[in-house]
Amino acid sequence: MAEWDVKDLEGWDEKIRVKVQEFGLSCFDQEFEVCDHNQMLGYMAYSGMPSHYPHWSYGKSFEKLKTMYDYGVSGLPYEMVINSDPSIAYLMTDNSFCLQILTIAHVYGHNDFFRNNFTFKSTRAEHIISRFKVHADRVRSYLEDPSIGVEKVEWVLDAAHGLSLQCRRNLAIKKLTLREQRERMIEAARPADDPFEDLHQPEDIEAPDLNKLPASPEEDLLLFIRDHNDKLSDWERDLLTIVHETGQYFIPQMETKIMNEGWASYWHREIMNSLDLPQDLYLEFLVRHNQVVRPFPKGLNPYYLGLKVWDDIKRRHDDPTPEEIEKYGRPTKTGTQALFEAREVDRDASFLRRFLTEELMREMDMFEYEPRGEDLVISKVSDKEGWRGIKETLIKSVGMGGVPVIKIEDADYNQNRSLYVKHYHEGRDLQLEYAEKAISYLHRLWGHEVVLETVVNSKRALLSYSDDGFSAKPLK
Amino acid sequence: MKPTINAIFRPYSSSDALRSDRSAGDRQRHRQKVREAVRENIADLIAEESIIGKNKDRVIKVPIRGVKEYRFIYGENSSGVGQGDGNSEKGQVIGKTDGTGQGQGEDKAGDQPGVDYYETDVTLEELIEIMFEDLELPDMERKILREVMSDRISKRKGFRKAGIRIRLDKKRTVKSRIKRRLATTRQDDAQTDEEERFPFRKEDLVYRHLVEDVRPESNAAVLCIMDTSGSMDTLKKYLARSFFFMLYQFVCTKYRNVEIAFIAHHTEGKEVTEEEFFYKGESGGTFISSGYNKALEVIQARYHPSLWNLYAFHCSDGDNFDSDNPAALKAAQELCELCNLFGYGEIKPLGSRYYESSMLNIFRRLEADNFQTVLIERKEDIWPSFKTFMSKERTPIATETREAAEQ
Repeated sequence: MAEWDVKDLEGWDEKIRVKVQEFGLSCFDQEFEVCDHNQMLGYMAYSGMPSHYPHWSYGKSFEKLKTMYDYGVSGLPYEMVINSDPSIAYLMTDNSFCLQILTIAHVYGHNDFFRNNFTFKSTRAEHIISRFKVHADRVRSYLEDPSIGVEKVEWVLDAAHGLSLQCRRNLAIKKLTLREQRERMIEAARPADDPFEDLHQPEDIEAPDLNKLPASPEEDLLLFIRDHNDKLSDWERDLLTIVHETGQYFIPQMETKIMNEGWASYWHREIMNSLDLPQDLYLEFLVRHNQVVRPFPKGLNPYYLGLKVWDDIKRRHDDPTPEEIEKYGRPTKTGTQALFEAREVDRDASFLRRFLTEELMREMDMFEYEPRGEDLVISKVSDKEGWRGIKETLIKSVGMGGVPVIKIEDADYNQNRSLYVKHYHEGRDLQLEYAEKAISYLHRLWGHEVVLETVVNSKRALLSYSDDGFSAKPLK
Repeated sequence: MKPTINAIFRPYSSSDALRSDRSAGDRQRHRQKVREAVRENIADLIAEESIIGKNKDRVIKVPIRGVKEYRFIYGENSSGVGQGDGNSEKGQVIGKTDGTGQGQGEDKAGDQPGVDYYETDVTLEELIEIMFEDLELPDMERKILREVMSDRISKRKGFRKAGIRIRLDKKRTVKSRIKRRLATTRQDDAQTDEEERFPFRKEDLVYRHLVEDVRPESNAAVLCIMDTSGSMDTLKKYLARSFFFMLYQFVCTKYRNVEIAFIAHHTEGKEVTEEEFFYKGESGGTFISSGYNKALEVIQARYHPSLWNLYAFHCSDGDNFDSDNPAALKAAQELCELCNLFGYGEIKPLGSRYYESSMLNIFRRLEADNFQTVLIERKEDIWPSFKTFMSKERTPIATETREAAEQ
């Protein structure tokens, strides 16, 4: 049936690996698994993990993917790569030979990115597969435990899934222990050294409240509840840990979507162009490549945006225009140096902030839209006045920017163990139906009333969820 | 140059692919949840959707709360960034806030929080099936005198030496050949493992034998009686028809040999076709007794009560001519005697019941255990009242509704 067999793939793969090294990419070892479209849908539903704990939401996700695939709404990705060491990638057996080669080259791009980008340092790639397996085994053991069972496990998992992205965003910053936080509080309360203290009236020292929980606003909702709700049983705590860790694993991928896809697309193009492909394969490659990195009308294709920015970085360093030299100065690095530096130290937000230029935005005709009544209307275009605003909006929406910041402020609000959480509002309101449900999840896990401070239509409001249900009131 | 990165390929194995359906369990659990959610929403769905006369394959979108995955997300006042083809201008409309017409965003399954727009598609048929899962015609007796031989199912019964090719039982055939072989070889011959040809013979062949299984079932007839007089305005007719539509669907899905008769009445009763019953308007005064008498006639003519389980349901706004009331009561009494269940649904849209007469008061004089009344005031009442009629343990709900009607 197919125009290729695994031997052919191995042959081209070796050539590609040589190129990968020549270009200076440094990858994990790579495993390729050839699968059919049903298996691919299965892997997609479980985010590519070879083993994953069971939950109905993955069944839902599978059904959704399958429906969309069956009805041709969306095709399947040509490939799927997991950030693990060795990295695992799935190739679809129905794809053409050219697509397989393209995919292999693309995979090495991702692989290199996973290995070198700083956001992935915390994922401990070498253990990831076994960690997911262990999690799956533990969840299954709870499901099979006659004293626990499906209903109870889902009761916790449903709630935990709703909160799993409410966690610290920058995993490269060390999380302080409670003791360290308290030391900081004492440090902060201590009056500054005063060389003239003999002359000055000593200031009143306000003693910090060391018993306050949390000592400073806490972003890891699940972990905080796990550690401070003593009514939870061990298996419930364990489920919270598992869901939290699963969430943590995926955050770097969300945070670098544009860079990562752009990077892989950049390198698959470079590699394919250097391979001396037979002409028929090369022509098919050009077609496929342009399909992958084409702009979506009215939307934003991360492959396209990412590739554009990477290309621009390279060009600006290797071959700047006179205006650019005047504007930004003569480049101090070669294009390649700049590329490799950015792939290591940036995430989407910083990447776009540093490298998405006004000219580039204009070239891509980027615009900002906002809802007006029932319509989405373009409010800004990339002209002299508009581009900064658009860029800010874009930066705010990429990666974890799409997840509202919610922090626990007080775990003993009103002195009755109520949980006071605050939405750090920066212009975007919460979707209230979802917020209501999400605080009910918090309430389910915390076991006492939960109060959420947020802003609705420019007015501060308190949403709360207690045993009596949901209530909302404005806040003065 | 030999690359330092290692790579391995695991080739595709179709047997693995067939065996690995890892999401099966989760899918099943998800479907259970969807079904539960649909069931919870049925009252709302029926109130919202006009399901009457819709094609059975029609797909209804059911928003599913229970199966949505809620998390903290941003609401609709947030703006977004997109890109155009070079001609984007301020004020240009690019789509709708509900997501239609908007270009593909950057969200990809799995790791994006995104808006959970989840709705499930249910065909009307599935919906009806879920609706009626727990319901059954109450007081179904076995009236055994005449049974419609309805279910013709082929049932396996033993094996035969002769039969048609398609029923050949291969396993047994092979076994009997082996038996014959063992029986024909002598002890000392058995050592020689030289493969000798030992073909199948006709006597080896074993066929499965099928018999036709006829399952007797009792007969039931449902009489739908509807008031189509002038006082039944569009809304009332709509409510009555929705009710009968559900009844009809219910009977069709649950019972294979149930006959249904449609009777429409104003001042005189008429037996009509399904089509006319659901779609045709009528006008005129109301003699409820005329409808009942027609029903009695139909029963006399076609469904003798000793042979049939009879169910009669009547929907009216209760606005009967006073002079007809005694006759109606008498006919109702007779219907009660003949039927397993006689139900009367009075349709009084909110507010109208204070100045219109009601049959509920008159029917209260009727003394029969198998007589049921409900009051339907709003679209939302249709489903609960339907359940009242159909659920087996209906008494408490029925009395409640009756009390409510009396107040």
